[in-house]
Amino acid sequence: MGLNDPTPEGRFGEFGGRYVPETLVPACEELEAAFRGAWADPGFRSRLDGLLADYAGRPSPMTECENLSAELGCRLLLKREDLNHTGSHKINNVLGQALLAQRMGKTRLVAETGAGQHGVATATAAALLDMECCVYMGEVDIRRQELNVFRMQLLGAEVKTAMSGSRTLKDAINEAMRDWVASVEESHYCLGSVMGPHPYPWMVRTFQEVLGREAREQSEAILGTVPDVVTACVGGGSNAIGIFSGFVDADTELVGVEPSGGAAIGRGVPGVVHGSQSYLMQDEFGHVLEAESISAGLDYPGVGPEHSHLADIGRARYENVTDAEVVEAFQLLSRSEGIIPALEPAHALAWVSRDRASLVGRSVVLNLSGRGDKDVAQMMDILGGAGT
Amino acid sequence: MAGPVERALRERRDAGGKALVVYVTGGLGDDWTDTVRAVADAGADVVEIGVPFSDPVMDGPTIQAASDRALESGATPWSILDQVRDLDAGAPLAVMTYYNIAFRAGLKRFAASLADAGVSGCILPDLPLEETGPWVDAADDAGIETILLAAPTGSEERLVRICARSRGFVYGVGLLGVTGVRSELATSASVIALRLKQVTDLPVLVGVGVGTPEQAAEAASAGDGVVVGSAVVQRMLDGAGPAGVGDLVAGFRAALDAV
Repeated sequence: MGLNDPTPEGRFGEFGGRYVPETLVPACEELEAAFRGAWADPGFRSRLDGLLADYAGRPSPMTECENLSAELGCRLLLKREDLNHTGSHKINNVLGQALLAQRMGKTRLVAETGAGQHGVATATAAALLDMECCVYMGEVDIRRQELNVFRMQLLGAEVKTAMSGSRTLKDAINEAMRDWVASVEESHYCLGSVMGPHPYPWMVRTFQEVLGREAREQSEAILGTVPDVVTACVGGGSNAIGIFSGFVDADTELVGVEPSGGAAIGRGVPGVVHGSQSYLMQDEFGHVLEAESISAGLDYPGVGPEHSHLADIGRARYENVTDAEVVEAFQLLSRSEGIIPALEPAHALAWVSRDRASLVGRSVVLNLSGRGDKDVAQMMDILGGAGT
Repeated sequence: MAGPVERALRERRDAGGKALVVYVTGGLGDDWTDTVRAVADAGADVVEIGVPFSDPVMDGPTIQAASDRALESGATPWSILDQVRDLDAGAPLAVMTYYNIAFRAGLKRFAASLADAGVSGCILPDLPLEETGPWVDAADDAGIETILLAAPTGSEERLVRICARSRGFVYGVGLLGVTGVRSELATSASVIALRLKQVTDLPVLVGVGVGTPEQAAEAASAGDGVVVGSAVVQRMLDGAGPAGVGDLVAGFRAALDAV
């Protein structure tokens, strides 16, 4: 048994729903019907499984961290989504959505991206399936992730700059939605996380459940039982929901880790933006606050609605960590295990490291959702450059 | 019983005219309330007051820029409604904002605040039919007319359901896209007006992409009138002042009177 399906209205408890401009409602309904049809079609499933295996490199391995476990006092296992093609878990969702879009007769993919990982994954799938691709990225993120911008361009995608608001992920989503309103007949909006209007939170979760299934099997093979704790970083929350889905029915503690500057669950109240009701960092009037995080991929003031529900019913808990703690964790994993993590999953490790006293003697599976190549230049700036 | 927005628009239609609804960004400049009065004086049947939201996904660059400027100058939903209360515009008023503004305030409180400020109608462009339940309960109780949007992508059956739940008028979205002026009126503007006219007796107005008096006349010929937003807001951003904006609106009024 995994996570529950949402209600027909797309609700997880009180959260979720479909709050979009009227123009997009028929598109959401069409997408939901197409997804249900595709998921029930063995031909679609086998094509997706084939791409996940032979193109993306699934299953991703699970690595036991001998050195770091000794240092931290817990038994730490990493689910290696960093080893997927394009460098993160984002490819799992994107291959599913791109195949679905093609099945629906769409010729163009629209996407938003923060760190660029979802944009690169979408551009990759578009290249593979010979579709047009347009990726929106905030101006601030374009500056701090310029290598990923160039990657997307190499893959044949058009990268458009979101100049409004905080010029980060939230604004890239606004621009992508505006594009979709205008291009809905030929375009599919390839949303990158478990957020947005129904069916996205449920559909993206379903595409990410593959990593949770693998992690359950792999961790049981290594540990002989289920892990005590499963942890993952949470921006929108797709990698976290993917791994949580494999353990929600087990006696395993589920811990999502948000950046302190973008802690929707930790510091937000329920609100409605980008298509769904969820916890949201907002002011007293309902204006969305600008998140502020070292990690472009988590620089988002909202969170997927199912995480809000899991928090409310107490099935998962959500911690938050500071940028400084993340910088420490980034270096810790690099030096102790020879694995340079992306800044996003470094948040989960920062929590494990900070709360190590409560984890002594316990087994912890951490979803290493992406690799750190994209963050090396930014970290070189922060740490004072080469040779110091 | 029909509310003030619907009555005003029916009156225009019954007299053989075409209705004009004009959008003004609330809190934009010190004289925006004078602009609302000038717009009504120039012949707008209803004035829509935009309550700015941080993330307006249905709006193009002009209204985004106006919203940002109003927010930077300190406008809040409550400061705008306070000014509306003393406005005495001479035409019914509707507020256009996004759902989270109402949700954050509390739906009952927000609806009651609109009524208290003398606002008759409300448009929430990110609240589609299926999600309207809690809001329309609160709005109906407070006597606020909730105006729903109908888009070119909707099926006939969906347009029927939207018209049945809309109050005041039904807002036909003139094109696939967000608000903003285009060089030409989309053919979809007349198509959505005709489709809506076939399924409802409510006034049918077309908005989004209606930017010039000529486009307004063309869009209004199939329906009962138009909503004009970005063209007016651009004039406000350009610093035309209440008189200058009034002149622009008078031009729209004259073009519609000639239809």
